[in-house]
Amino acid sequence: MEHAIETRGLVKRFDGLVAVDDVNLSVRRGEIFGLLGPNGAGKSTIIKMLTTMLRPTEGEAYVWGHHIVRERDAVRSCIGVVFQDPSVDGKLTARENLDFHGRMYGMPGAERKRRIEEVLELVELSDKADVLLEEFSGGMRRRLEIARGLMHRPHVLFLDEPTLGLDTQTRRYIWDYIRDLNEEDVTVVITTHYMEEADNLCNRVAIIDHGRIVALDTPTSLKSMIGTDTLTLEVRDGLERLRDVLLGLEWVRSFDASNGYVRLSVDSAQSRIPEVVLAACRAGVRIKSVSVHEPTLEDVFLRYTGRSMRDETGKGDLVRALMRR
Amino acid sequence: MRVFDPYAIYSLWLREMIRFFRLKSRVVGSIAPPFFFLTFLGTGFSGMAARVPAGVDYINYLAPGIIGMTLLFSSTFAGMSVLWDREFGFLREIMVAPVTRLSIVLGRTAGGVTQAVLQGIIILIPGIAMGVRIKGLTGLILSVALMVLISATFIGVGLAFASRMKDMSGFGMIMNFMIFPVFLLSGALFPVQNLPEPVRILSYIDPLTYGVDALRGCLVGANSFPIVMDTILLTGCCAATMAIGAYMFETSDID
Repeated sequence: MEHAIETRGLVKRFDGLVAVDDVNLSVRRGEIFGLLGPNGAGKSTIIKMLTTMLRPTEGEAYVWGHHIVRERDAVRSCIGVVFQDPSVDGKLTARENLDFHGRMYGMPGAERKRRIEEVLELVELSDKADVLLEEFSGGMRRRLEIARGLMHRPHVLFLDEPTLGLDTQTRRYIWDYIRDLNEEDVTVVITTHYMEEADNLCNRVAIIDHGRIVALDTPTSLKSMIGTDTLTLEVRDGLERLRDVLLGLEWVRSFDASNGYVRLSVDSAQSRIPEVVLAACRAGVRIKSVSVHEPTLEDVFLRYTGRSMRDETGKGDLVRALMRR
Repeated sequence: MRVFDPYAIYSLWLREMIRFFRLKSRVVGSIAPPFFFLTFLGTGFSGMAARVPAGVDYINYLAPGIIGMTLLFSSTFAGMSVLWDREFGFLREIMVAPVTRLSIVLGRTAGGVTQAVLQGIIILIPGIAMGVRIKGLTGLILSVALMVLISATFIGVGLAFASRMKDMSGFGMIMNFMIFPVFLLSGALFPVQNLPEPVRILSYIDPLTYGVDALRGCLVGANSFPIVMDTILLTGCCAATMAIGAYMFETSDID
């Protein structure tokens, strides 16, 4: 067995509605693999099938070498899952929740105790061990769920939208934990609709739309398919003169003007700003503003689907997350 | 992985116990109604002696019935607590663990039975203070065994209903059309022989009728059917509802 996860022609239909459509993917051992797509793209359905919560309509999949339908119990014992929605018992303390988990996974007493301290330390909740979960904030709860997912030392950890609805600072913390885990040799599969999450965290990303994988590669390769950076200039007048000057520069790959905006395709756009402004001044063209746009996974999504991810969701926090950094 | 996993069963039982003792208001809330029934009905009806078997005080007649009521309510709710876990997401944590569904059902049942029987025993204390005369230690021990059977029967019923319900909206229906008729027809408050013929038939298909009757026999010696017959019928009902409950839970959607 080479791969942590392998799926072949995975399909899930709900009453004739296709949620997951012929998904083939292999997740390598030890990598952080991202499933990126808008809400309703089928990411969670894939996770639910791989974690034995749902049976696929067609196709097969193996997790750590075990068939997800025929060997459900074997699959269950080598995975950890952090669900999208809360799944803790609010009437139990953090320690009791972890203790329950450890027993369910057959961990003996002494090891359980040691491991509880370890995972609480990892997510910096040691001082909250004896607090009832109902008193935890959303971010703390999520951290505890991550700790719990790791408690029994799974080979593969599934994280379904681990930072959904969390503030930026907490999100960064959670990214750090996930990176730390990866050093423990845990294979991580994460779903997200946050571009920068997939970009920052994942070794490889599968972009999913309408239940299909439309692209799969490292974030860098995906973005390089889109090509170069874009420099956008807002100009008052003298478009024609500007065109002549700028197209004379050998590093300007293309020039595109509309509604008083000029878009230039250039490599390493940041460092070209002074030259562009200088050239415009010499030509006597007044520039009102300059902005740089580097290719993002959002552009990759747009390229493959013809739509922007934010059209699909329309959530306030999502729109902010998608804004250029 | 074993089909029967004592460690996981213990884990599920322990969780129920921690929750039970932590939620003081719930304990009080579950003890209060039977306490009021016992106190007010016991004293209010005592003079009227609603044609209870000769030589039995009404309070002696009523107390086992009220224990049956406590078990019925507490156990059905325990069986239905799957719904709460589904609502709060904890059910997923349980279902994704490498534990067989049978062990999960057994763990929940163990927790529910312990809670219900504890409540049944607690309600006996004010009963004794009000003049209930218990036959003897053997009767008391036998009645605890009967309480376990009654409780498991209705946990199975609760589990079966909860497995087919998406959320808690159907809860009121279960309460009004299942729990109350089972309680009122069981002879917990008055002898089923007082009921008119067609209604009495319903009493005879009510498992709680035999549970309450056997409890009455063991605790105060006022049974209307042979205790052995009661016990056999009750055991049959218990096996049936547990099997149905476990089957429906196993085949229910996790998500």
